[in-house]
Amino acid sequence: MFGIESASASVQAGITVGTVLAEAIALYLAYGALSETVGATVLDALGGD
Amino acid sequence: MAILGMSLAMVAVFVGFGLLIGTLFGFFGMGGSFLVTPALLVMGYSSTVAVGSGLAFVFGTSVIGALRHRDHGQVDYKLAAIMTAAMTIGIEAGKSVVFFLEATGRADLIINVAYVGLLATVGAFTLRDARSTSTGDDGHDLADRVQSIHIPPMVTFRGGVRVSGAIVFAVGLVIGVLSGFLGVGGGFLLMPAMMYGLGIPAAIAVGTDILQITISGAFGAFTYAQSGSVALPVVAFLLLGSALGARVGAGATNLVDEDDIKGYFAAMLLAGSLAVASNKLGSVYGIELLNTMSTALIFGSALLVSAAVVLAAVCQLRDDGHGTWCRLVGS
Repeated sequence: MFGIESASASVQAGITVGTVLAEAIALYLAYGALSETVGATVLDALGGD
Repeated sequence: MAILGMSLAMVAVFVGFGLLIGTLFGFFGMGGSFLVTPALLVMGYSSTVAVGSGLAFVFGTSVIGALRHRDHGQVDYKLAAIMTAAMTIGIEAGKSVVFFLEATGRADLIINVAYVGLLATVGAFTLRDARSTSTGDDGHDLADRVQSIHIPPMVTFRGGVRVSGAIVFAVGLVIGVLSGFLGVGGGFLLMPAMMYGLGIPAAIAVGTDILQITISGAFGAFTYAQSGSVALPVVAFLLLGSALGARVGAGATNLVDEDDIKGYFAAMLLAGSLAVASNKLGSVYGIELLNTMSTALIFGSALLVSAAVVLAAVCQLRDDGHGTWCRLVGS
């Protein structure tokens, strides 16, 4: 029984870490696309051009 | 209105705090768990949830930071592999020291004194380096001496740095022991060790450091998640802010001369050591003012340094070294 519980805890932990990894990659791609689109405009604005 | 069981105000606090930490993390390659865990403790989360969520957040942020630094060619996989192997062994040894000290009943006192001492030492060393750089001294004496030691196998890293693999392994081992002993990620030790001890260029030291933190953060988060000690909504909102901050911080490494910021970073480490010391004294003697001072020091210094990074990057973009604000972060 202990084995099953610890296996399920490990699966749950794997899902938690996987969720964080998926969110991190999704945010990296989303912010990457955003900076491709508006990055140059923002840098120009900050640079005073 | 609530999102994932959190009020909008709390969502804004977590996203804003994530943005601040992400900027520091992207620029310096450290400052994650050092800031998140105390913040969650102050907000009333239990210590296991604070540590577990802090580790999960550090893992997520470092994934983003590592991907970003990889895109800029600032990760040395050989160096990361040697450091990870050495630190894993070292962490286990460090944990054994803690268990031994716990048996003697003096673990808390010794760990806290060591933590304060290390933060203060690294802070003082960085401050000395920043001052020697500004006075024209290159400040690389130690790295030059280490590189002149030829113990095989000699390994060449990115940036053309050639160092003995045995010395790199030994450095990783010592940092691992200290990380396991202090219960911290080790980023604040690894990055200066690679830069000042081995002579690795700053940008590559940061990128490699972040990759190493990704691996250890994943392992730590998994361990805590097994006992359900990771608050996913907290991590999710912190990441939302830090993903943007990490992009800003990593982008700033290409714009800002890190010598310009070293002094601020040293001040943050010194403030961190003061904060830990005042927090412990406050807890032992029941002085609430010292605990408040500790929190103010941690958040104040983090805010100040991340603002300095952004300001220095904007000044560089504007090619402005003479404005009142730009002179504050200029060399």
